[in-house]
Amino acid sequence: MHRLKKIFATDSYIVPIVAIIMGFLVGAVVMLIGGYDPIAAYSALFKRVFGSPYDFGEAVREMTPLMFTGLAVAFAFRSGMFNIGADGQVLIGMTAASVVGIKLAGTPSFLLVPLAVIAAGLCGGIWAGIAGYLKAKRGINEVITTIMLNWIALYLSNYIVKHFLLLKGQNRSVDNPASLSMTFLNSLFDNARVHWGTALALCAALFFYVFLWKTKQGYEMRAVGLNPHAAEYAGMNVGRNVVKAMFISGAFAGLAGAGEVLGVFHYQSIFAASPGYGFDGIAVALLGLTHPLGVVLAAILYGMLTYGSAGMSFGADVPPELIRIVIGSIIFFIAAQGIVRWVLKPFYFKRKKEKVL
Amino acid sequence: MDLQTLGQLLNTTLVFSTALIFAALGGIFSERSGVVNIGLEGLMMFGAFAAAVGGYYAQDAGMGAWAPWVGVVCAMAVGVIGSLIHAVASITFKADQTISGTVINFLAAGSTLYMVKLFFEGAGETPLLEGFKKVPVPGLSKIPVIGEGIFNSYPTTYLAIVLVIVIYFVLFKTPFGLRLRAVGEHPSAADTLGVNVNKMRYIGVMLSGLLAGIGGATITLTTTGTFAHNTISGQGFIAIAAMIFGKWNPMGAFGAAVFFGFSQAIRNYVQLFEWSKSIPQEFIFMIPYVLTIIVLVSAVGRSAAPKALGEPYDPGKR
Repeated sequence: MHRLKKIFATDSYIVPIVAIIMGFLVGAVVMLIGGYDPIAAYSALFKRVFGSPYDFGEAVREMTPLMFTGLAVAFAFRSGMFNIGADGQVLIGMTAASVVGIKLAGTPSFLLVPLAVIAAGLCGGIWAGIAGYLKAKRGINEVITTIMLNWIALYLSNYIVKHFLLLKGQNRSVDNPASLSMTFLNSLFDNARVHWGTALALCAALFFYVFLWKTKQGYEMRAVGLNPHAAEYAGMNVGRNVVKAMFISGAFAGLAGAGEVLGVFHYQSIFAASPGYGFDGIAVALLGLTHPLGVVLAAILYGMLTYGSAGMSFGADVPPELIRIVIGSIIFFIAAQGIVRWVLKPFYFKRKKEKVL
Repeated sequence: MDLQTLGQLLNTTLVFSTALIFAALGGIFSERSGVVNIGLEGLMMFGAFAAAVGGYYAQDAGMGAWAPWVGVVCAMAVGVIGSLIHAVASITFKADQTISGTVINFLAAGSTLYMVKLFFEGAGETPLLEGFKKVPVPGLSKIPVIGEGIFNSYPTTYLAIVLVIVIYFVLFKTPFGLRLRAVGEHPSAADTLGVNVNKMRYIGVMLSGLLAGIGGATITLTTTGTFAHNTISGQGFIAIAAMIFGKWNPMGAFGAAVFFGFSQAIRNYVQLFEWSKSIPQEFIFMIPYVLTIIVLVSAVGRSAAPKALGEPYDPGKR
């Protein structure tokens, strides 16, 4: 029994690692079929990420919103909901940060920056909370409401930017005076756009862990996520937990928006279509097995691969889209663990045999 | 607004609805059999890509008016192959169905663009192709408004409307439909009665790939003429919404799809209404999505998903 437990414990990291290796192998096979050199491509990828301080800084920048949206999707998942709406929540967070930052310009920055960040988190949370409320009160599937809310968020934030924040004759808002940039690190990284949002994302991951596993409220949320009927029978208010969980999930996504506006671009542009942060977030959450530590690691991997894929196309002429095949395969193997276990079976068998001997 | 414009609006509505109808019908097959299909977006991408490539090569080979149909057949085949990934992961390996659906979206986005660049020497999109032409129905196309609106459409639109009726009958009036639904509602009961649960689910998922593939093909062969990274942007997710909105019923999904199609069509006609000029266009774009939520809140209420949706079937668990 003890040994069995141990195998399951090691599984929690062996399966993802093997899945990652298998994902890279699938990518290599696809490259070989296309007539490319996988070794050159992968080394170009890593060279791109670690080649210069600037690129490394930019790769970190790429990881930050992924951490937030990954945490957002994972948090909702743990509470039994599928938040497809992280995209809209990011947009609402961006807009809130822009409005506060630009409209309250002149406020000392030690006040302005926190205000803009809080507004982003709050508004993102409320946006997701709408879907939570409709699920709790009316039983409306959150998948459909969050999809609808994504579109509404797109047009609403375009409207706000266009009518209240736009620079004359341009497609972007006035420069935002509230800034999350780390000036001392920016110069260290050759002006890569690293910002405090990354630290905030790590704090959010810590909050995720502590809240869900160390507090009574978190326990309730997990219980609702695992079995709402049992949770209700045990006297928990399922509806309230659903709304609260969606609020926290949306707040994470909203903070991603704050990071992008205040840390990276310092302005907001009018989007023609949904920017896609939320869908990356789904992938990151799944790669990270919806655990906060896993999500952080997954965001690092995902950010590295997407940022490095540009290097792959310059260095080895491989279309950068290939990296989505790699990421998709990794998620596939993590999801269908049966395949990984089947591959690993001979190794487990060998190990057991050694112990018996 | 005159009658001719009204007819044109109706026609554009159907053009935009057609892809959604196909994909939503596909979603119904998969979900009625108990397998969540978040991957419709990716399956449509596979279809759109295959139609663009297949149609292009067929056109190149001089097949003329038949070339778009070759594209449709390619889209069906590639859609089925793509959906098999989802089926193997979620049915055979009992993976979480939302996750393996997401995998489809990822693999589709990556592999279609990868192949486009491979086939067409690094180009970001496929070469422009001719696609379908509108076919007026003799006689009927002379009726005012409706003739212009419905009976002068692309062949895919007629096919979609016919399929809605056919699939309704298949699902609710045939033994096959009964088995498919039984597997999605109560798999162990169906198993006891001798229905092969996994086989039915494989069929459901593959049919969803086939139909979503046609849906994607419709977009390249009627509206865009090429396949690029933004050819399918969110259409699959709207199809999912249409399926849920329509309560997993072909007729309902058809209504919802037309509703969303109308919302896309109306953009081109917004300037024609006097009253709309004072409203910022962003709010007009929002209307269908806000309306969907309002309708769900007030009228439709609790959505009736198949009971076993999302659960892998485990014969040992009764």
